[in-house]
Amino acid sequence: MSTAAALRRTPLYDAHVAAGARIVPFAGFEMPVQYEGVRREHLAVRDSCGVFDVSHMGEIATTGPDAEALLQRLLSNDVSKLEPGGAQYSCLCREDGGVLDDLFTYRLGEQRYLTVTNAANRDSDFEWFAEHAGDFDAEVRDAGDEYAMLAVQGPRARELAGGLADAQLPPRMRTATLRIAGAEALACGTGYTGEDGVELLLAPEAARGVWDALLAAGAVPAGLGARDTLRLEVCLHLYGNDLGVERTPIEGGLGWCCKEDTGFIGSDAVATVRERGPAERLVPFVLTGRGIPRPGNRMLHRAEPVGEVTSGTHSPSLEVGIGMGYVSAELAEPGTELEIDVRGTRRPARVERKPLYTRERH
Amino acid sequence: MADESYPDELLYHPEHDWARVEGDSATFGITWYAQDALGEVVFFDPPETGIEVTKDTPYTEVESVKAVSEVYAPLSGEVTEVNAAVAESPEKINDDPYAEGWLVKVKLSDPSEADGLLDAAAYRKLLEENE
Repeated sequence: MSTAAALRRTPLYDAHVAAGARIVPFAGFEMPVQYEGVRREHLAVRDSCGVFDVSHMGEIATTGPDAEALLQRLLSNDVSKLEPGGAQYSCLCREDGGVLDDLFTYRLGEQRYLTVTNAANRDSDFEWFAEHAGDFDAEVRDAGDEYAMLAVQGPRARELAGGLADAQLPPRMRTATLRIAGAEALACGTGYTGEDGVELLLAPEAARGVWDALLAAGAVPAGLGARDTLRLEVCLHLYGNDLGVERTPIEGGLGWCCKEDTGFIGSDAVATVRERGPAERLVPFVLTGRGIPRPGNRMLHRAEPVGEVTSGTHSPSLEVGIGMGYVSAELAEPGTELEIDVRGTRRPARVERKPLYTRERH
Repeated sequence: MADESYPDELLYHPEHDWARVEGDSATFGITWYAQDALGEVVFFDPPETGIEVTKDTPYTEVESVKAVSEVYAPLSGEVTEVNAAVAESPEKINDDPYAEGWLVKVKLSDPSEADGLLDAAAYRKLLEENE
């Protein structure tokens, strides 16, 4: 059976190839992992501006009189606090509190919401939404194929994207409908890099023109490789690595986006873990010497196995090995000394505060 | 990053390693193809001098941001020197894979093993066939 045949392409596939991308399969899509090189793309986002094609991510439109009530039931955050033109991060939980996804929801109008899902969870999230919509006077629609999505990120992102826009870009955690390089876009003041910037939701056929205009304005095309190192430096979760159904948001450090009094699915389980205190916590760490931690590496404390690395890489900004992993709560204190077993070599590491990278410190 | 090349004076292993054989010693490194496939090398932890390496067997690793790649010994012998400069600046493997980017020097236990390696033309042919 050919798995390649089943892979999908975003509307920007040809643009990636033209820009010299190395293409890899990711969540069912053929995606650019890098163009010129992960390090260079990473540093371009930290120092200037990069643009990512994130059209593989899913979108779910929720509309109707009970749209808010449905989302309040599904999402861990307090959706009633989300105003039109606002953005909100939350978890999607099972009844037992296990995390099905972490996602951003944008409120586009009084009764109109758009939720952006992780690429790997596009179908399962939509099914979950649809399954629970029956009790509400609301419609959910899989809008994944209605949008291309670009993330323009970096200290110059607003200047470059703003220069192509016919209206003011939205501030952080807000949205605005505007035209950019001639195309209508839903611009959102969000991202996944720890930098300022905007994410642009566009009609698929408009994506290439906007992409080309951003590159011409000086944005550097950046791939999934840089996206991963950028998000890990600022300790943003990668679903499937750092979050999954076997953990609640509390263990993952996402208690801040869980408002149990809203009664969302899983809120009882989350409340119990919060009250009791989680047995394990997700901690960021740095290697204090040489080496690169990788997902699956065993974490040790005083020679005893205490967990497993869920994300690990070389940090281009800090120039050290960095990672995250779950350890028992008493080892979660910043400063705790660990060792990471990197394919047989034990490398000293230290639990740190998040984020690992901030512009002020580096 | 260097331009693609496979110098004629080197011998090649199908796992994308090269050997520069001089009498009963040799210098090892990875080929242009190997460093290109890996991307920017950000980490090389050199083996200890004195260890034995065995032809066709991994003896060290090089890492990019995304991936770990095992490095195979093209020939057998004892490591007599490691390239500390590459451990310090692993991007030399990308910039100059056949000169400054060398990894180890080895005292060969059986120099006749070199007869089993590929010359530059045969290695290039192998790369074309793998495309």
